[in-house]
Amino acid sequence: MRQPNSQPCSELMLRETASQTAGPYVHIGLALDVAGLPERDEEIWSRMAKPDAEGEHIEVIGTVIDGNGDPVRDALLEAWQADASGRYQPAFDLQKAFNSFGRTATTAAGNSEWSLTTIKPGSVARGDGKVMAPHINLAIFARGINIHLQTRLYFEDEVEANAACPVLGAIESPTRRQTLIAKREEVDGKVRYRFDIRLQGEGETVFFDF
Amino acid sequence: MQDDNKRFVERDRDWHPPAYAPGYKTSVARSPSQALVSLQTSSVSELTGPDFRQLRIGPHDNDLLMNFREDPALAGAAGLPVGERIILFGRVVDQFGKPVPHTLVEMWQANAGGRYRHKKDGYLAPLDPNFGGVGRCLTDEQGWYRFRTIKPGPYPWGNGINTWRPAHIHVSVMGPSISTRLITQMYFEGDPLIPLCPIVQTLKDPEAVETMIGRLDMARSRPMDCLAYRFDLVVRGELQTYFENQ
Repeated sequence: MRQPNSQPCSELMLRETASQTAGPYVHIGLALDVAGLPERDEEIWSRMAKPDAEGEHIEVIGTVIDGNGDPVRDALLEAWQADASGRYQPAFDLQKAFNSFGRTATTAAGNSEWSLTTIKPGSVARGDGKVMAPHINLAIFARGINIHLQTRLYFEDEVEANAACPVLGAIESPTRRQTLIAKREEVDGKVRYRFDIRLQGEGETVFFDF
Repeated sequence: MQDDNKRFVERDRDWHPPAYAPGYKTSVARSPSQALVSLQTSSVSELTGPDFRQLRIGPHDNDLLMNFREDPALAGAAGLPVGERIILFGRVVDQFGKPVPHTLVEMWQANAGGRYRHKKDGYLAPLDPNFGGVGRCLTDEQGWYRFRTIKPGPYPWGNGINTWRPAHIHVSVMGPSISTRLITQMYFEGDPLIPLCPIVQTLKDPEAVETMIGRLDMARSRPMDCLAYRFDLVVRGELQTYFENQ
């Protein structure tokens, strides 16, 4: 009798399938253009907001840095964020002006930066009534990352909201909170936020378990 | 308030591979040295996620025998990839055994010779002009998904002096929220490279390795056509919250 690949952890519950690294060629599956593959009719990619989306249009950009200070050139990132009014829009549809979900990647080219074209999210309330500052949830997958890392991008110009955010406040070290704050830049009159993710060592980004 | 009257069963991070697993060398500089910060109160940010039912998925997106041709004029047998023809199928359920319908399952893999169609793969084994190596589909009402492909080959990689990956297919599943998001790899039952692989061995529990093994399924194979492998995926269990805020 062949064993099933799902394992019981109690009489009532199965074990979650174990995670594995996305490996060096994750782009073939999740970022076809980056791998050099022809794209399909519709791809899930980094343009989360079209020009007619409601809200403040922004670009978020950054690098992923390893424990030696070197750029990670093969990371895939996934973003999940609320719309300008603070509501998540689960129905992914490329006909819509805005999608809450997007993907981006760092590559071997240039500065190895990832970027997302989106709108600034509104504040989101938690079930206990506390209001979280505007943020973008990010998941990082790459070769050498055995289970994806989960973090949040907050905005430098949301000083009051950030100070009151229960999630930022739950990070014991105020110094470490700063690793989640994206810096505002203006480039050709457009608003851009820079968010460099440091996987390890000095200035290591806070990663969450949830 | 949006959809936050639920919880997901806590992830057992001793079951999953640790971030730092020095046998897999790349993890050494890519693993956080600080502890993860646990979100004690989950919110709509973690409890929701994308629903891809409106994504336009092409008719051959889950059929890797048909979805790539370097020369579109090639048709029939001339246009088929070389290798062991297989169906890869399974069911996505949560930890309580509940099917996960309409969820996005994506996969990617090397060709029969272990070569990836990726700019960065310079392995000697040749590309197959009729094989791309990418697939996607949504699970059906009962949580089933299905791909048709060729069995990938093992390949060498620069970890140890002579390290080879077992044949594997990368599998990505979204599940009902970003909390259930998971990327894993499916290995093939009986492959003697599995216990030698430093990436597989990032897992401490041999039972956890079992969750990543696709099983030969003769009943679902097609006589005179292709074999079948079954790979069920289990995502975190979803609980309703009945007693919140005292």
